[in-house]
Amino acid sequence: MTDTTATSTERPPVLLQVDDLKKHFPIFGGALNRQVGAVQAVDGVSFEVRRGETLGIVGESGCGKSTTAKLLMHLIEPDAGAISVGGEEVRRGRRGLREMRRRMQMVFQDSYASLNPRLTIEDTIAFGPKVHGVPVKVAKQRARDFLAKVGLDPNSFIRRYPHELSGGQRQRVNIARALALEPDIVILDEAVSALDKSVEAQVLNLLMDLKRDFDLTYLFISHDLNVVHYVSDRVLVMYLGKVVEVGPVEMLYTASQHPYTRALLSAMPAMDPDKRATEPPLAGDPPNPINPPPGCRFHTRCVHAEEVCKLKEPFLTRVAGEGHFSACHMAIEGSGHSQAPQRVAA
Amino acid sequence: MSLVEIENLHVSFRTDEGTANVINGVDLEVEPGEVVCILGESGSGKSVTLRALMQLLPKRRTTISGRIRVAEHDILSLDERKMADLRGPTVAMIFQEPMTAFDPVFTVGTQIVETIKRHEKISEREAEARALELFERVRIPSPKARLKNYPFEMSGGMRQRAMIALALSCRPSLLLADEPTTALDATVQIQILLLLRELQQELGMAIMFVTHDIGVAVEVGDRIAVMYAGRFVEMGSTREVFSRPAHPYTKGLMASTVHGDMKGQRMKAIDGSPPDLTRLLPGCAFEPRCGERIPVCRQVVPAIRTAGPGHTAACVHVGAPAKELA
Repeated sequence: MTDTTATSTERPPVLLQVDDLKKHFPIFGGALNRQVGAVQAVDGVSFEVRRGETLGIVGESGCGKSTTAKLLMHLIEPDAGAISVGGEEVRRGRRGLREMRRRMQMVFQDSYASLNPRLTIEDTIAFGPKVHGVPVKVAKQRARDFLAKVGLDPNSFIRRYPHELSGGQRQRVNIARALALEPDIVILDEAVSALDKSVEAQVLNLLMDLKRDFDLTYLFISHDLNVVHYVSDRVLVMYLGKVVEVGPVEMLYTASQHPYTRALLSAMPAMDPDKRATEPPLAGDPPNPINPPPGCRFHTRCVHAEEVCKLKEPFLTRVAGEGHFSACHMAIEGSGHSQAPQRVAA
Repeated sequence: MSLVEIENLHVSFRTDEGTANVINGVDLEVEPGEVVCILGESGSGKSVTLRALMQLLPKRRTTISGRIRVAEHDILSLDERKMADLRGPTVAMIFQEPMTAFDPVFTVGTQIVETIKRHEKISEREAEARALELFERVRIPSPKARLKNYPFEMSGGMRQRAMIALALSCRPSLLLADEPTTALDATVQIQILLLLRELQQELGMAIMFVTHDIGVAVEVGDRIAVMYAGRFVEMGSTREVFSRPAHPYTKGLMASTVHGDMKGQRMKAIDGSPPDLTRLLPGCAFEPRCGERIPVCRQVVPAIRTAGPGHTAACVHVGAPAKELA
């Protein structure tokens, strides 16, 4: 296990820094169509990703993981917060965005919707480099090279259209397209979730090979805890727009501190007919992000909830291991929760 | 007498690309009160098998042959009216997307009451009482108020519970479940799986549960039937199939199902992708992707052979031919 946040001289530099990212989607309604509320999709999310590591982001639908990805790419504009890539804050405006997108690319879940149906595979992959000023000939050669790198024979695929490809092949094309700009960071938003298991394994192997060959840094977003465990160095858990826990992958999977993370882990099927679940770890559905509960957003489903959880919002606090943080009143010294560590008298 | 008997079922669809042979000779028996999981990837024919049992396939484009008996009714010979009589009290179905199972312009309660009254001679009030009882049974909070909800007013997990209530409203002896938890969040999925298992035991009904997720199959199934290109390639008790998979496809599927213990190792992926059902070759459909193939695999479809007690697989490498042992 590599502890990426340990203070040592070999610590790779921070490649992606996100500070207090916020996005609230307004909801309009009523006779005058005035704003009646807001979906707090992402509400104060901060994290950093170091060069060469894979940060996994997990959470259930509506937790804000995909919105976070889209905010990073500026596919939607954040309401607040700062994003820096390679130590430089991403500037607004076309040139700033173009430079950022050369360094950071994204692969989406729907392999078909994310390809232009009217472009051949060659034009699809060469499109990005051309926009970034690479001569047409070079861009086309790059398309062939990257097709080969993702395991598709350029000679038989280059003239084809997306509808002629299987889901796994299309996702390989999407990966080739993302890599054609030679980015440092690739955001994989549920990139293997729509694939069949046998194809998913092939694409995961490919992603691991490419990471090694091109020295890539991944942001791997998924609802599948098994896949995230397999690929990630560190994992960040989100719930209703907030980060509830973040830490090195093994620490998080074996010694999770936040009650939500624990529930999520124990909701995974046991893969053993003799160890079937008997009690669901949580009751009910995740609450609506339009009106998230006050205080700790998880308190309505948490078995450990006490008075303080309804009143005060917990902040990310360092827990047991190095680089392991949890946003839970039980971890915050002197928070008023009966299970919180007591403040040592001075 | 088994509750479900499927014999030599073949289903093909006419498509623009030619005839797609979706089911290519399926035999299956399901006992009363048994939970059988059909495990397969997209296009393997698992959902089509369920739909054939309910006569839900588009008639104009579908050719079906073989025999399907459910509770001693010969399903394929029934006309639409007789089939409608069976849907509900004998066999009911739940789907991945409850929003499409409910009519959006009527309240959920109205739809359940209507279903009960279609099949049983009882008063409106009695039917309403039954609907309320069903909502309590599937543990929908404040059931009385929720019956008055339209489908869009419910969350995903709650809609799935409401659909289960609707399916159980006429006490079917067979429930067909087509990926009912696939669209749900992890913490909600486990709630629904546990609910289904509990209801199945209380009501003693049989369930045919279709899924692509091995974890889910292991969680709910008494038996697992693994499907590939329209055939069952392996069948047996969950414990047997899970601990001693016999068919190379099942083995490959398990090896390519990620879990944390594999960290740092390369995944043992199955090469290639599933076959084109409009151009099925003779022989074993898995042959082009199989690491254990031998020349004979290309020539004939392998017979079902015995891999262990109550455990069969359609592969030339597996134990003894099932028929000779029997």
